Amino acid sequence: MKAPLSWLKDYVDIDVTPEELQKKLFGCGFEVEELIEVGKDISGVVVGEVTECEQIEGTHLHVCSVDCGEHGVLQICCGADNVEKGIKAPVALIGATVYATAKDHVTVEGMMTIKKGKLRGVESYGMLCAGAEIGVNGDMFDGADYNGLLILPKDFPNGADVKPLLGLDDYIFDIGVTANRPDCQSILGIAREVAAVLGKEIKYPDCTFTAAHSDEHIKVSDLAPDLCPRYIAHYVKDIEIAPSPLWMRRRLAMCGLRSINNVVDITNFVLLEMGQPMHAFDLSALSGREIVVRRAKEGEKITTLDEKEFDLTPDNLVICDGDKPAALAGIMGGLTSGIGSATRELLFEAAKFARDSVRKTSRALGQHSDSSAMFEKGVNEYTTEMAMNRALNLIQTLGCGTVTDVRRDVKTPFSHDGAKTMKVSLKKIDALLGIDVPAGQTVKILRSLEFGAEVHGDELTLKVPPYREDIDDYPDIAEEIIRMYGYEHIDGTFMPTAKVTNGGYNDEQKAENYLKKLLVEQGLYEISTYSFYSEKDLDLLKIPADAPERKFIKIKNPIGEDLSVMRTTLAPSMLNTMVRNLRRGNMDGALFEIAKVYIPGELPLKTFPAEKKRLCIGMFGTCDFYDIKGAAEAVAEGLRTKFEYVSSTRSFLHPGVCADIVCGGRTIGYVGRLDPAISEELALERKVFIAELDYDELTACAQPFKYRPLPKFPEVTRDLALVAQSDVTCGEIEKQIYAACKYVTDVRLFDLYVGEQVGKGKKSMAFTVTFTPGEEAITPEKCDSYVKKILSALERNLNIVLR
Amino acid sequence: MIEEKIEQLKKKIDEVTKDIRSSKSLNELKAAFFGKQGEISELMKSMRDVPKEKRPEVGKIINALRDWANERFDSLAETVKKIELDALYKSEKIDVTLPGRKIQTGAYHPDTLVVRELVDVFSGMGFEIFEGPEIENDYYNFTALNTPKDHPARDMQDTFYITDELLLRTQTSAGQIRVMENKKPPIKILSPGKVYRSDDDATHSPMFSQMEGLVVDRGITLFDLKGMLDEFAKKVFGPSVKTRLRPSYFPFTEPSVEVDVSCFECGGKGCRLCKGTGWIEVLGAGMVNRRVLEGCGIDPDEYSGFAFGMGIERIAMLKYGINNMKLLFEGDVRFLKQFKD
Repeated sequence: MKAPLSWLKDYVDIDVTPEELQKKLFGCGFEVEELIEVGKDISGVVVGEVTECEQIEGTHLHVCSVDCGEHGVLQICCGADNVEKGIKAPVALIGATVYATAKDHVTVEGMMTIKKGKLRGVESYGMLCAGAEIGVNGDMFDGADYNGLLILPKDFPNGADVKPLLGLDDYIFDIGVTANRPDCQSILGIAREVAAVLGKEIKYPDCTFTAAHSDEHIKVSDLAPDLCPRYIAHYVKDIEIAPSPLWMRRRLAMCGLRSINNVVDITNFVLLEMGQPMHAFDLSALSGREIVVRRAKEGEKITTLDEKEFDLTPDNLVICDGDKPAALAGIMGGLTSGIGSATRELLFEAAKFARDSVRKTSRALGQHSDSSAMFEKGVNEYTTEMAMNRALNLIQTLGCGTVTDVRRDVKTPFSHDGAKTMKVSLKKIDALLGIDVPAGQTVKILRSLEFGAEVHGDELTLKVPPYREDIDDYPDIAEEIIRMYGYEHIDGTFMPTAKVTNGGYNDEQKAENYLKKLLVEQGLYEISTYSFYSEKDLDLLKIPADAPERKFIKIKNPIGEDLSVMRTTLAPSMLNTMVRNLRRGNMDGALFEIAKVYIPGELPLKTFPAEKKRLCIGMFGTCDFYDIKGAAEAVAEGLRTKFEYVSSTRSFLHPGVCADIVCGGRTIGYVGRLDPAISEELALERKVFIAELDYDELTACAQPFKYRPLPKFPEVTRDLALVAQSDVTCGEIEKQIYAACKYVTDVRLFDLYVGEQVGKGKKSMAFTVTFTPGEEAITPEKCDSYVKKILSALERNLNIVLR
Repeated sequence: MIEEKIEQLKKKIDEVTKDIRSSKSLNELKAAFFGKQGEISELMKSMRDVPKEKRPEVGKIINALRDWANERFDSLAETVKKIELDALYKSEKIDVTLPGRKIQTGAYHPDTLVVRELVDVFSGMGFEIFEGPEIENDYYNFTALNTPKDHPARDMQDTFYITDELLLRTQTSAGQIRVMENKKPPIKILSPGKVYRSDDDATHSPMFSQMEGLVVDRGITLFDLKGMLDEFAKKVFGPSVKTRLRPSYFPFTEPSVEVDVSCFECGGKGCRLCKGTGWIEVLGAGMVNRRVLEGCGIDPDEYSGFAFGMGIERIAMLKYGINNMKLLFEGDVRFLKQFKD
């Protein structure tokens, strides 16, 4: 919300500096996000009178004597076509800073500092300025748009600083207004707060007018009272469309609006001043000279003022004439009933439209305006009525028409004027704040905010200002009091009345922390990636059309296709992260993420989906399958369980380097190398590995920690070098060894050899087998017998022999 | 005669051990002299040929020789050992400036570090952890938080919708209601988690994390909120950090405040981090709105409470001086490696 200081001063006698006001507003809940000094860039520019002016022969230049009052009479060369003896214009003295303009003398290209110069051999001690060069346009000062010198009035004193004269000494407060205070989305609303913090009276703008009698019959009907609780129309005749006076153009310009014509400017002015959007219809263009507020019919069309055509539905509220839509309610008027130079009579509209309705239509059609933005924030009917009167007052002030007594004020059952009285307990307010604000102070604060406030004992009787629709219960009053009284009065206490509670993580959260610790200890880095991805990410991984991963939840209004699908697997996010690293030249990495996937029951989604945690591990660079498998094994070890790895396939993994991770007979995940075909598609120069585990299944595998007494007798180890057919897996051998002898507690492969010495189609594998004794020591003889049993089992079942 | 022999033997021992530099050869020599066929042993054996009356005298001489020889070899052994050790030390001398070997651990994501720090601070104050679902319904995310359908506060947050009813939660506050519906006061919960808003630039991300705190009990006041926040600020940002409350607005709290902490970089004098103001905005808070309590079946005349919520990434960015929120979600290993604790 932009509020110029000069405008605020119309309603409040502001006797503090802009910086002090900024501080005070901040303290009461209105953060000034930016305090803009209007003429900040301009300095050293004074009023000068051209007392002599002669053309330099053969050029368009003139050499002038310029009387700059106390700054002396200066010789200045000037190329503008409107320079002549007797005029007054802004003079940038030597050392002044002004805007540098492009060749067109309009487009600002930066700043420049004026130096003594020489043009065609003639010395020049300054510069006569155009409006653009000192940041003034035609709405801020008459004639400032002329592509030449800005001609100043004769009564401006020579040598005076131009900034105050041109309104360049103004400040604009850009204020952040919270959503509960739509009443402060206006200059008047901010002025009320300013008055309250400064302890000043507010001067309301003049809303009076004299109405001429008219027999004009205008019919207004509201067929959608839920979407339009209040509709006021007022008939104005004898309209003369003309430019607005400077004071109004200036007000609009300071808030960033260009002037259009007197009537349009009045609607914009009232919107800024009071926060009530207005609309003016050219009455002669309204068929049947009537207004019907209703939902659009399916297939109805409207072309708005900006010449865009829209197809409407019953979701859109429209203001119609006798037979067709004439405006998108609260958003924009229709082209045919717009104000033009030929307009002779008009119907002013001030209404309250439901926030949600305006928002929905505005979004659905992609049509936004200052008006729709205001309606979405919320307007109150008290202001609706005041704004209509203000607009009529301005019609008279500007002399652009005759205000009649024809008003149609449609109040519906949904209408309410905002007046409200409440009784609240002072004790309750104090109890909520934890502080005793003196009753006198409370009343003073509330009255400064235009509440009617009376205290009887503990009871505070309040008349809520009609524009304060946010006030609802005593905590709102407590907030009003404390924000004005000052939060610096709040000291810290530490819940002296509260019961003692026991805090901390629950078991599930502890388990997750533990799992993360295991992974970090393995040298993995935790990542966090978006919970959504693109369907294309699944295509890249060649996930089949009927795979469960394809049954996903879609976001209705995603930022883009890239982030439109709630993930059903973490693999694409992990792969994207690894690819991003490789593209950035990070050639090695080991990553993990614990995050949720979102599994819908039925689609379209009717109930909450399952949010299931997954653990995903990714490795890339100079690693191999056994590095990522090692990380998985470390997880298993940390959970005091064992995983089996069963050769398997996934659509995106190398068919020879992929395994199901099995625990307790259940497949709980997979591990493998990215399919080289996909690697090639992504132009990856390093191998990439991915593992993904179902978190719940994983944690279900965890065995509780239990201390085991140390064995009474030492463990015995034996190394076995075996020769097997090359298709026999390490896992099968390990299984056999464990099964053959109950004392085997560890089997570890320490050498693998394939080559001539073992023959074609065979491989040699060497294992260290650990035997842990039970009640008796394992003697060498006993150990020999165990080994024999193991070897015979291996030979029998896997055709394996000792090397 | 025997004396002569002994003198010769002494000379011989001196001669052969003169250049000995290794314990191994010294031991071999010693064995050669003392061994069964060794010359000293031979000398002892020759005692048999010495007349009986001369034996004590000769024995004495031979014993003296043996003692001398033992001593000689022992002292030589010491010398040699020293020589050998010196050689060993020399040969094993290393370049101590070569890089050391360490176990390469990974690191936690900065979000995890911040969440843990916050949980540590608040669990000490008696807060339990509660995690709600990320896909929420309109009721828990908005309506129950005093934000009905046409409420302007809904525009404060651009919501991702799944259906008209289901959405990605925009705030961990959604979890508040779930807790209050199922638990009666005293309530002290902390609710960390991912939230989603349709925003995407250097300081906004469509997914980020929040930490919500909620206290409901008898007689809880704004003073208690301030006291708890003071404690939080000191523990997380430093012992001299102060907090400042200023009015704000959230539909589910009344009064609502923004909470600033005094700048821990400049101590409040004004610097780049605090944009010259001396204060940094860290969280939003307020007294739980009576309607919210009522909606959860908690009598607002008996109980009151406060709630606060903060952005985890914002805290991480402030604490570590990270300038772009995107970095937290990109998983660049050069970024991640800096967070080893």
